[in-house]
Amino acid sequence: MAFTPSKETYAGRVYAVTLGTGDRAVTVGGENVLPFHSFEGEAPNRPLVAMEIQDVPPSDWPENVRKAYEGVSDDPVRWATFCQDKLKAGAIALRLIGTHPDRENRSAEDAVKTVKAVLAAISVPLIILGSNHAEKDTSVLLAVAEAAKDRNCVIGKAQEANYKTIAAAAMANNHKLIAMSELDINLSKQLNILISQMGFDKEKLITDPMCSALGYGLEYTYSVMERIRLAALTQNDVTMQQPLLGDVGMYVWKVKETQAPESDMPQWGSAEERGILWEAETAAALLIAGAEVLIMRHPKAAEAVEKVIDELV
Amino acid sequence: MALSGVEIFKLLPKTNCKKCGQPTCLAFAMKLAQRQATLDSCPDVSEEAKKILGEASAPPIRPISLGTGDKAAKMGEETVLFRHDKKFVNPCAFAIEVKDTLSDSEIAGIAEQVMNSEIDRVGQKLRIDAIMLSNASGDAGKLEAAAKAVAAKAPGVPVIISTGNPQAAEAAIKPFDGKKPIIYGADASNLEAMAAVAKAHKATLGIAAKGLDELCALTEKAKALGIEDMVIDPGARKAKEIIEMNTLIRRAAVKKNFKPLGYPVISFAQRDGGLHEALVASVGVAKYSSIVVLSSIDKWKNVALFTLRQNIYTDPQVPMQVEQKIYNIGEPKADAPLFITTNFSLTYFIVSGEIENSKVASRLAVMDSEGLSVLTAWAAGKFTASKIAQFITDSGIEKEVANKELIIPGYVAILSGAIEEKLPGWKITVGPREANAIPTFLKTRA
Ligand code: B12
Ligand code: SF4
Repeated sequence: MAFTPSKETYAGRVYAVTLGTGDRAVTVGGENVLPFHSFEGEAPNRPLVAMEIQDVPPSDWPENVRKAYEGVSDDPVRWATFCQDKLKAGAIALRLIGTHPDRENRSAEDAVKTVKAVLAAISVPLIILGSNHAEKDTSVLLAVAEAAKDRNCVIGKAQEANYKTIAAAAMANNHKLIAMSELDINLSKQLNILISQMGFDKEKLITDPMCSALGYGLEYTYSVMERIRLAALTQNDVTMQQPLLGDVGMYVWKVKETQAPESDMPQWGSAEERGILWEAETAAALLIAGAEVLIMRHPKAAEAVEKVIDELV
Repeated sequence: MALSGVEIFKLLPKTNCKKCGQPTCLAFAMKLAQRQATLDSCPDVSEEAKKILGEASAPPIRPISLGTGDKAAKMGEETVLFRHDKKFVNPCAFAIEVKDTLSDSEIAGIAEQVMNSEIDRVGQKLRIDAIMLSNASGDAGKLEAAAKAVAAKAPGVPVIISTGNPQAAEAAIKPFDGKKPIIYGADASNLEAMAAVAKAHKATLGIAAKGLDELCALTEKAKALGIEDMVIDPGARKAKEIIEMNTLIRRAAVKKNFKPLGYPVISFAQRDGGLHEALVASVGVAKYSSIVVLSSIDKWKNVALFTLRQNIYTDPQVPMQVEQKIYNIGEPKADAPLFITTNFSLTYFIVSGEIENSKVASRLAVMDSEGLSVLTAWAAGKFTASKIAQFITDSGIEKEVANKELIIPGYVAILSGAIEEKLPGWKITVGPREANAIPTFLKTRA
C-alpha cells in the first residue's frame, strides 16, 4: 500500500528575532513548523546556545563546571572572550548575580561598568540577566539597558512584578526583552499581552516559561513549551509566537545528580560525565519541545548540544 | 480506519431490539464510535461485522510484549502525539547492542552490566530492558554461540536478534523459544523466510525498511503471511530523520488509524561518543520510539536516560505521589526526630533518602498535598500551618513521641510561628532548606 504521509500546514509562524549587531548578529525563530519539522515547512534558523558568565566569580557553581573556567572566571571580560574565542559561543549570557542583596549586593553602577567592559570586548550578542531579585533588578536593568544602548542586547527577565520599568528600559534603548512567568501557559500569554500593551513590540520579545532540570520538573517546562508552540502554530496566536528560552545551566547545576560524587552514589557512575550529560540532556529535551535560545554553563555540554543540533537541522 | 457512528450503524442488525441496553442500534453505534461501549453487548451482530469492527476498534498501535516474565517490556498502545493530551502509555525500552564478534568474556561483561543496571528512582525500578544481539560477523555459527552466551549470562533479559540471514536467525533463536524475542532484519529480500522463522518461534518480527512506503508494503506482506506482532524500522538514523519518520508514523497510526504503521518503532542511536549517543537517544525517547538501541551503557548515561524517560512518561494530570502517613525510617524510638514534608513522590524520596543517609532512625510525616512539592504546595495553600497542625493532631503521633518536636522544611520557615500556635505544647524546629543538608543538621543536633 502506498503511503501518503499526512503533513501539516500551520496557520502561524514564530517571529524571527535578531540579536546583536554587525556580522556576528544572530537570528532565531522564524519557523512555521514544530521543532525540527523542516520536512513540512520552513525552519530557517538554528537554535542558539549562549554561554553563561557572571559579574562575580562563580563560587556558587559546583567544582565540575567551575574548573572549566579556571583562570578566566575571576574577570567577566576574560571569561566572555574565552567563551567567544575559545569555545566559539554564538552568544554570551551575563548574569549580574553579584547585584543580589543577599550576595555581594553590587550597585547598578558596578553592573554598568561590567556590562560596558564586556560589550567592548565581544562581538557576539549579549544577553544581560539580573539577579532575579524583582526589586533590585528594576534599577540594575534600567541602568545597564541604557549603558548597552543600540547594541541590540537581550535584557531579562521581566516578570509580572517588575515588567513595566524593565520593558520601558529595553524599549528606550532598542533591546530585546525576556518575559518570564512561572510554568503556566496562561500566565505566559498574559505577561506578553501586558508588555505589548505598554507599546513594546511583541516581535521583540523572548518568552521564558521557566526552566526546570531533568528529573526536577523538566516535564512541566517541556509540556508548557510544547503547548505554547502549538498555540502559536495551529491557532496563529500572536501573543504566543515569540521564540522560547531555556535558562538551563542555573537549574541543572544545583541538583544532586550534577554534584554527588561517585563514591556516594556508585550506581550513578562518573560524576563529571553525569553532570555534563544532565545539562546537555535537559537542553536537548527543551530543544525538542520548542526552545530556540538556551543558556548553558558547561563547555562540553554546550558542545554536545551543538553537535546534536547539527544532526537535527 | 476509525469508523464513524454511521459507518458502524450500517454493520449492525438494525432491529432496535434494545438487548445491548441502548434504545436503538444507532445509539449503540454512537457509543461504540466513542469507545464507550464494546461490541459484545450486542448478541445478534454478524461474524462479518465483528471482524470489520474488531479491526477498527483495536488500539491504533498494536500492544506487543518484548520478552516474558518480570523483565518483559510492554510496547505500543499509544494514543496521542503530545504528552499534555494524555499520558504516554508504555515507556520506550533501552537495548544494548552486543555484536557476535565479541569474545565470550566481553559478552559476559556486558550481560553483567545489563543485569546490574537497575536503579531505583522516585519509587520506580528502572533498567536497561533488552539486549540486541547482532550478526556483525556475518557468520551463523558465531551468532548462535553468542546467543547461547547471552542466554546463560543474562537469563530472563528480553532479546532482539539482529540479522538478515534467516538461517542464522533460526539457529540463534533457540535459547529464547517461547520468550517473545524479536527477530529484526526482515526486508524485501528475505521477508518470507524471516517471517517463517518468527512464526515458528512465536517471535515478533522486526521489519527493516528504507522509507515509509517500503515499510508499509513490508508490514502488509508480513501480515498476509500471518505475522501479527511486528516492530518497525523506517530506516531513520540521523536525529532529524528519527523525528520526521517517527512523527509521520505516529500521526498515521493515531490520527488515521492507519494499520500498516500501527506497530512499535525501533530506533538506532549508536554513536561513537557516549555523550552524543545519549542525546540522540533522548530524541527517540521524546519522539515516539518504543525501543532505542545503544552501543554502550555507562551508569552515568543510564541514570540520565532513565530519568528523561520517566519525565516524559509521567501522567501530566496526576503528579506522582505517595500515601499520606507517618513513615518510619530505621527503627525510631520515642525520642527519634520527627520530620514533616509533602506527598509529592520526588520530595518524599529525596527527603527520606537523605534521612536514611544520616543513619539516624527517624519518623517522616508525609502530608497529602495533592502531590505538590513543598514550595508549590505552600504557594497553592495546601501546606499551611492549620493543615499541618490538623494532620499532626489527627495522626495521633503525639502518643508515640517523647518530645513533641516537629522539624519543618527550611523553605517554609515562615510557617513555624503559626504552627506552634495551632499545636499547643509542640516545639517547631526549622530544618535546612535543601534535603542534602539533613545529615549535617542531624549531626550538629546530636
Ligand atoms: C514543577 C513546579 C511546579 C509544578 C508542580 C510540581 C509539583 N508536583 O509540585 C506546577 C507547574 C504544577 C507548579 C504550579 C505552581 N507553582 Co510551582 N514550581 C515548580 C518548580 C519548577 C519545581 C518544584 C519541584 O518539583 N521541586 C523539587 C522538590 C523535590 O522540591 P521540594 O518539595 O521543595 O523539596 C526540597 C526541599 O524543600 C527539601 N525538603 C522537602 N521536604 C523537607 C522536609 C524537611 C523537614 C526538610 C528539612 C527539608 C525538606 O528537600 C527537597 C530537596 O532539597 C519550582 C521552582 C524550582 N525550580 O524549584 C516552582 C515553584 C515551587 N512554584 C511556585 C509557584 C508560585 C507556583 C504556582 C502558585 C504558580 C502558578 N504557576 O500558578 C502554582 C501552584 C500550583 C497549584 N496547583 O495551584 C513558586 C513558589 C514561590 C514561593 N517561594 O512561594 C516556585 C518556587 C517558582 C518560583 N517562583 O520560582 N509548579
Ligand atoms: S442489541 Fe444489537 S440489534 Fe439490538 S438494539 Fe442493540 S445494537 Fe441493535
